[in-house]
Amino acid sequence: MPDLPQKPLPDGQGEGFRVSTASPIDKLVGMIDVLPGGTVILSSVEQVLNWGRSSSLWALGFGLACCAIEMMAAAAGRFDMDRIGTFFRGTPRQADLIIVSGRCTIKMAPIVRRLYEQIPEPKYVISMGSCATCGGPFYYDNYSILKGIDTIIPVDVYVPGCPPRPEALYEGILKLQEKIKKEPFLRRRAGVVPA
Amino acid sequence: MALRTEELILNLGPQHPSTHGVLRMILTLDGENVLDVEPDIGYLHSSVEKMMEYRTYVQSVSLADRGMDYLAALANEEALLRAVETLGKIEVPPRAQWLRVIFLEFQRIASHLVWLGTWGADLGATTMFLWCFREREQVLDLFEKSTGGRLHHVYFRPGGVYEDIPDGWVEQALAFCEEFPGHIAEYEGLFTANPIFEVRTKGVGVLPRDVAMNMGACGPVARASGIAFDVRKTFPYEKYAEVEFDVPVQQAGDCFARYQVRVEEMRQSVRIIRQCIAKLPPGEIRAPKVPITLRLPKGEVYTRTESPRGDLGVFLVSEGEEHPYRVKIRAPAFSNLYALSEIMRGWKIADVIAILGSTDIVLSDVDR
Repeated sequence: MPDLPQKPLPDGQGEGFRVSTASPIDKLVGMIDVLPGGTVILSSVEQVLNWGRSSSLWALGFGLACCAIEMMAAAAGRFDMDRIGTFFRGTPRQADLIIVSGRCTIKMAPIVRRLYEQIPEPKYVISMGSCATCGGPFYYDNYSILKGIDTIIPVDVYVPGCPPRPEALYEGILKLQEKIKKEPFLRRRAGVVPA
Repeated sequence: MALRTEELILNLGPQHPSTHGVLRMILTLDGENVLDVEPDIGYLHSSVEKMMEYRTYVQSVSLADRGMDYLAALANEEALLRAVETLGKIEVPPRAQWLRVIFLEFQRIASHLVWLGTWGADLGATTMFLWCFREREQVLDLFEKSTGGRLHHVYFRPGGVYEDIPDGWVEQALAFCEEFPGHIAEYEGLFTANPIFEVRTKGVGVLPRDVAMNMGACGPVARASGIAFDVRKTFPYEKYAEVEFDVPVQQAGDCFARYQVRVEEMRQSVRIIRQCIAKLPPGEIRAPKVPITLRLPKGEVYTRTESPRGDLGVFLVSEGEEHPYRVKIRAPAFSNLYALSEIMRGWKIADVIAILGSTDIVLSDVDR
């Protein structure tokens, strides 16, 4: 985190905490926060936690339509999503991430919503493909397809494409990892940062 | 004192890794035994038939890719364009016809590979999933080089194909045809003599010939039950009459027979592709003077093609406008699903997964 300001220690002793750029692990530590009730070196733990959380996103093995085939291709040999720590679990109870892959019908919408609610917090949503994002080619003259999955569940990352290539899904997951790394995960829990 | 037992109603799906999409099966169970099966479909109904009534014929091709069987997009394009070209009396140049056959057979291989891989994963053999997707990527590379897309191509257009194949494509396709039968032998080495696989599939889910006939089963499911019917042989379209290939037929009707039929079909597809490449003539790839806003004469037509899942028919009614009055798609996966759900009663839950996987359903094809 080279862009972090170097704060002096609150009691005025010594130099500010130095940020090392030697290795990625060293980049994680090195930020001091002032909490109500005392000074705590908190955000380093938070960053370590975020680093860990972002590097093992377990996705729900749940496919809706054509994009699910590209999702499977991304999980298979050539693209091998396990490399970035994402692999599929059969049940929402074990998942962190739901990849809404494909068009969602109005009949299916309550089930997607329920699956999302079954995932324990913290949870993330990737909307994969045009259909999940906005209805895609089924936007006009169509009575059965939901016009965007974000009408029922909150979406973190939209991946464009019809269907997106496995590389595009990769990019989406990496973008989500960046987002998770910036999250004030513990500070939000402590009530310092509003939820 | 006897234990009091009662029937249990279990929902299999819509979110279940083994339903290959969003199918809900309402199972009535007595312990492990399945007393009744009721498939509940419609979770992927995308109303493409209705949407096509508001699109021109060229626009409908891209809908056929997505809204119908998405594992075999080129087969859908062919099915729709067979109807359009038959009604409009559009002559497709020979080179385009040969190219279409090549791509249709590659599509069949790609589709069967997804089926074999996911069914293997259902039965606990993740290796098969990884192996099949490895070869499928090679087929998708070939698609991508000429059509520009991996899954959805919009490559077949009224009166021909969109573009000619690029340089070096034929050599790459032939290299794949050279290599692929060896991979099929690999799959068979993993599955055919595997005792676990035999126990899970041999004699399981037997679909008798008469039930298959009455329920309108088609494609590899019907051929595994002893019905020697293949649209490519019986009602040849494009250039299928000019190539030699066998239609694999099995008499047993169980899951293992369906597996054998599909694996043999992949071999036959390679054989067809080789012949097509040898016979591929130079020349035009698109009929001249097919307008973008194509108007078909007033009338109706029903055409049938053999998609990887079976007999895919399109009924098209035209009122002389630039869009169809009505399109009805006869989906093979729909009748196969109902044919097999007839015979799922009496088996264990684990067998239901095996039987369901062996139908090779695609819910987009069932619901449209």
